[in-house]
Amino acid sequence: MAEIKQIVMPGDLISEELGKPRNGVYKNSDGRYCSSYFGIIQKNDQGVDIVPFSGKYIPRRGDKVIGKVLEVGPSMWPVDINSTYNTLLHMNDTPWRTTSGDIKRFLGVGDYVYAKIMTLNEIKESWITLKDVGLRKLEGGHITSIPAPKVPRIIGKGGSMVNMIKDATNTRIVVGQNGLIWIDGTPEDVIEAIAAISIVEQEAHTVGLTDRMEKYLKERSVK
Amino acid sequence: MGSESNIKLLDENGMRLDGRTPEQLRPIKIETNLLERADGSAYIEWGGNKIMVAVYGPREAYPKHTQDIEKAVVKARYNMAAFSVDERKRPGPDRRSVEISKVISEALSSAIMVEQFPRAQIDVFIEVMQADAGTRIAGLTAASVAVASAGIPMRDMVVGCTAGKVEGKVVLDLSKEEDNFGQADLPIAVLSKSKKVVLIQMDGDLSMEEFEQASEMILKATDNIAEIQRNALTSRYSVENIGDGE
Repeated sequence: MAEIKQIVMPGDLISEELGKPRNGVYKNSDGRYCSSYFGIIQKNDQGVDIVPFSGKYIPRRGDKVIGKVLEVGPSMWPVDINSTYNTLLHMNDTPWRTTSGDIKRFLGVGDYVYAKIMTLNEIKESWITLKDVGLRKLEGGHITSIPAPKVPRIIGKGGSMVNMIKDATNTRIVVGQNGLIWIDGTPEDVIEAIAAISIVEQEAHTVGLTDRMEKYLKERSVK
Repeated sequence: MGSESNIKLLDENGMRLDGRTPEQLRPIKIETNLLERADGSAYIEWGGNKIMVAVYGPREAYPKHTQDIEKAVVKARYNMAAFSVDERKRPGPDRRSVEISKVISEALSSAIMVEQFPRAQIDVFIEVMQADAGTRIAGLTAASVAVASAGIPMRDMVVGCTAGKVEGKVVLDLSKEEDNFGQADLPIAVLSKSKKVVLIQMDGDLSMEEFEQASEMILKATDNIAEIQRNALTSRYSVENIGDGE
């Protein structure tokens, strides 16, 4: 049976002294650091973070996300990135030679893109770009989603978890920071990969998950 | 409130109709994440109250004129089912439920970190399926659990309780009969750690001393209710509920 990490609720005291404020931690009126989420405590070298069990993606500049095109405008595509706010992709921020009014040749409604958040303002309006290495339109494949706060768990330390799933299921996987995951491979392999991802999602708050996943994937591949 | 009746609400030993002592709560049970579509949800049974709460968001606020450029707006909707009370309740919003929706929205806004979500709205749907006195507080207590389970950042949990006066004595957590035939009803909701008041209403009359006594009773009870909230949220993630990767 797996050991679990310490669970906290909103308002729970984390520590008296913490240095600089970290994710999911706020300073209350007594000057003490408290949790702002229902989630687990994640301790590392830099400090203490609170990782919520669920919640919407909050855009941050520089994040690489997977988005779904909602509409085709004259010069922009509004894109859904699984967040509170939609984002915009301007035709000048794509690698294609586009002219205004003729942009649906490149991206239509329902297409998925792997893009980077380029700018973000105070009222959370954001713009994404496709002009960087690895950024592209995602063709074929399947999309699955997990709560955005659990993305670091799917990726693992230095990508260990996602690479393990990729190798074991023989699929290509792209994980967006916003919790959308693109998987490409044969239908059977994709189903295997989705099953593995949902286990990681459900047990994200446990200790020693990478080792257990390694065992699980080995057992599956023997069958 | 205050209507005369022949019902003895307190017996000669000071015990109440349902056998409770003046400072005893009704049994409370909370469950979370029962709804698949909602971002967060909670179900509460508090005595005879049966209430379902669903939370959606934060999502962009529509219609657009309701947006606040600096913070999210909390839109709570308290609604009683037609079958929730003895005599059929005419469906739809009425004066009472509009008022309760407003005070619950304001109570939740002071706990939720609304400033993190400019232009957004957080929808909280509180559906009362069976009413048995104290539904606004039960609904708010469950709403706080649902908001936390939706992963929305909060300063603290909101927890509340009622107290009132029956036959001249201050008692905690009024039942239906005590609410109908008692002399006063005082619902209070607080932030569970700091005990800052986020909702307070009063129906009927209490003297200054009685008010002090009632609010003290409520504050003491909120610690127990906060513990029930905690168990409701954390039990899903306890060790027993995790498989071994199967």
